[in-house]
Parts: sequence; structure tokens; C-alpha cells
Amino acid sequence: MAKIVAGIACSHVPAIGVAMDKGQTATAYWEPLFKGYEPARDWLAKLAPDVAIIVYNDHANAFSLEIIPTFLIGVADRFPIADEGFGPRPVPAVQGHPELAWHLAESLILDEFDMTIANEMPVDHGLTVPLSVTCGQPAAWPFKVIPICVNVVQYPPPTGARCFKLGQAIARAVENFPQELRVVIYGTGGMSHQLQGERAGLINRQFDTAFLDNLTKDPLSLTKLSHTEYMREAGSEGVEMVMWHVMRGALGESASEVYRHYHVPASNTAAALMILDNGSKA
Amino acid sequence: MTQPHDYDNIPGTYVYDAERGRIGYPLNMFCMSLNKVENRKAFKENEAAYLKRFPLTAEQRRTVLERDWLGMLKVGGNIYYTIKIAFCDGLTFQDVAGMMSGVPKETYAKMMLAGGRSPDGNRYTNAGVAADTGADVDSRAAVDAGTAAEHK
Repeated sequence: MAKIVAGIACSHVPAIGVAMDKGQTATAYWEPLFKGYEPARDWLAKLAPDVAIIVYNDHANAFSLEIIPTFLIGVADRFPIADEGFGPRPVPAVQGHPELAWHLAESLILDEFDMTIANEMPVDHGLTVPLSVTCGQPAAWPFKVIPICVNVVQYPPPTGARCFKLGQAIARAVENFPQELRVVIYGTGGMSHQLQGERAGLINRQFDTAFLDNLTKDPLSLTKLSHTEYMREAGSEGVEMVMWHVMRGALGESASEVYRHYHVPASNTAAALMILDNGSKA
Repeated sequence: MTQPHDYDNIPGTYVYDAERGRIGYPLNMFCMSLNKVENRKAFKENEAAYLKRFPLTAEQRRTVLERDWLGMLKVGGNIYYTIKIAFCDGLTFQDVAGMMSGVPKETYAKMMLAGGRSPDGNRYTNAGVAADTGADVDSRAAVDAGTAAEHK
């Protein structure tokens, strides 16, 4: 049987990808951020998962406003890297896991989560930056990836509570997959940031710290935060944190924090990386 | 008809909701077209001619041609889309964020290095909470103005 062995929360700031792609990670500006990624990379390399389910949002690359899926799952065996307006990132294409992805699509829909299914889609920095952050710069990504996209571009995104329940449904589906697979799940985006308007640049360390603490202490309380609370307290784009609830909902109650890194600023954003162990040694 | 939202009193913030989605669709779809390298080239060669391919309002067209980043948000621009014009110009997200918040690039970068813009005093417009000293920006009025212009 397949099992979700860990959850990873990771901000997906595009500038982090650019810094890696241009070899700038040792500069005074970026060094403190990237140094904090190293222990997480080691931990994940030792864990050596077979598949990663990466929950992220597309940023007007695979999808435009023409069609706006609230929840979408990618079932392809390969996902090319998107041109986001300045050429595709020079990173390997992402290999999918169609068998598990189709199993998830069927299970989730029958479990009353009405997923959109994508047979073809490019993936943008929302997915590739967390891969780069946690895997470095390999010639090929070390595991298969199942993209799950959540709309956070057109208001309203799904609620945090709904995202948490989707995570729970993902966990049920993974457990019913009849193949021995070690799966990790990423929740990406966040933390506090605002990219738009006169209030651009908002950062709320206090909010972010409480959020990170409660991912293990009291994750259910976090699912009650309203979109307006996210936007007011953590910036208009801070609402991306709803995607972390999908990850958290897919883990057991006793999931434990094994690593945390928090840094301000990465461009306009408070960047975090957290690993939650979900019985990986069991 | 504008329905009030509980987020309308967040200062300096343009939530891309149903109203802005309706007004901003052509503007954002123009931005989306810049994901293709041949379109980026055509746009840079003759911006005004390229924009004619899209049914933009006169004000939307003006904000693009003048790179009025804040103005774009007021006529339905979505930051994840309008940023593609900036990428086309070789600008970064931080460059544009500085321009939208009305401070020089260096001042904005310094603010971010010092921990970012504090939420204190920036949670509510003056109209929302009298005691708060946040910038008094009625972003919703701008959407109404955009709607009116569209219907002229």
C-alpha cells in the first residue's frame, strides 16, 4: 500500500528560482535563505520518496482566466516547464505518475471532490521552485510528481477548511493505492506577502510564526481563518497559505515538525520551509 | 452594482474578485498573450498596434502604454497578469512593487531588507477604523469608475 510519509510546506517565490538558475545563491542577499534549505535537502534525500504530490497554484501560465479550475490534478507522465514571460526556467521537465494520479482523480471525485483533470499542462515556478529548494539542481528530479493546482488568482480561492478536507481525501486515496509507494506531499506558496497596490511589501512575522506553530499544535484552528483575515494580516497574496492546509489535512494528527526555516525577505515575500514527519520510520 | 465586501477596507489592496474579473478580462488576456515569445516581440515592436488586437477600454490602453502599474489594478488588472508586461520590460516584481507603493526602488528594497511593511497601521483604511493610520485608499471607488467608463 502507498503511504504519505512526510509533508513539506514551502514558499514558491519566483526570484528564488531565478537566484538558483543564475548561480546567485552565495551572494550576501541570498546566502542566509539558501543556507537554511540545506538541512531540509539532506533530510529529503535520505527519505528518498517515490512520488511527491505538489499542491500549488498556477500563475497565469498553464491556465489563463479563460478557464479557472478551483482544484485540478495533472495525470500526465511528463509536464514541460512553462514560459512565464521570460523563457522557461532551465530545470528538468517533471515526470508524472499517471497510475497514482488517475487513481487519485477517480477516488477524489467519488469522494465528492470534483477535480478537473489535466492530461497536458506546463508547470510554472509555483511547482518548480519548491522542487529546486528541496532537491537542488539535479540533472533529473529524484522522484515522480503529481501536480495539484488550487486557484488563488481569481477571488475567491477555496476555503482553508475545504482545502484541509481535500488533503484528508488525498490521504484516504493514497492509502488505497495497491502498490508500495512512499509519498510526500508539498503545500506551497505563502507566507505573508503582498505583491500589489500601495500596500505592497507587507510582511507579518508574528502571523507567520503563529501559523507555523499551529501547523502541529492546532491545525484545525488554522482552517477557520477567513480569506479576509489572510489578506488583512498576511497580505493579499498571503491567502496562498490555504494550499498548506491541503498538505496538513493529508497528514495524521500526530505529524511532527522536524525542520523549520523562515527568512525575510525573498524579493517581496516572507519565505518558509517546514518539514512534517508523518511516521516515515514506521 | 457594487456589493460591499468585508475586505474593501483593507488599504492599498485590489482584490481580484468578480467585479474586477469582469472588467479586467480583456486587459489580463492581453497580458497572458505575452507568454509567447513571438507576441512579446510584436508588442515591443509596436505597442499601440499590438494592443488593438484586444478589446481594451481607452483607460486600460493608457495604463499599459504609460506603464501605470497602479492604474492597471484600478481598471481590472490582476498582478499575476500585469507583471508579464514588466517581465517584457526587463523589470522585476520588486521594481513594480516599489512603483505601485510610490517610493523609489532603493527605498522599497531597504524596507524589505528591514523586515517589510508592517501590518500595524496598514490593516484598515481610515474609513474602516478611525484609530488606524493606514493609507486612505478607496480602491472600490476606482472599480466603479472603471465600470462607468466601460459603459460610456
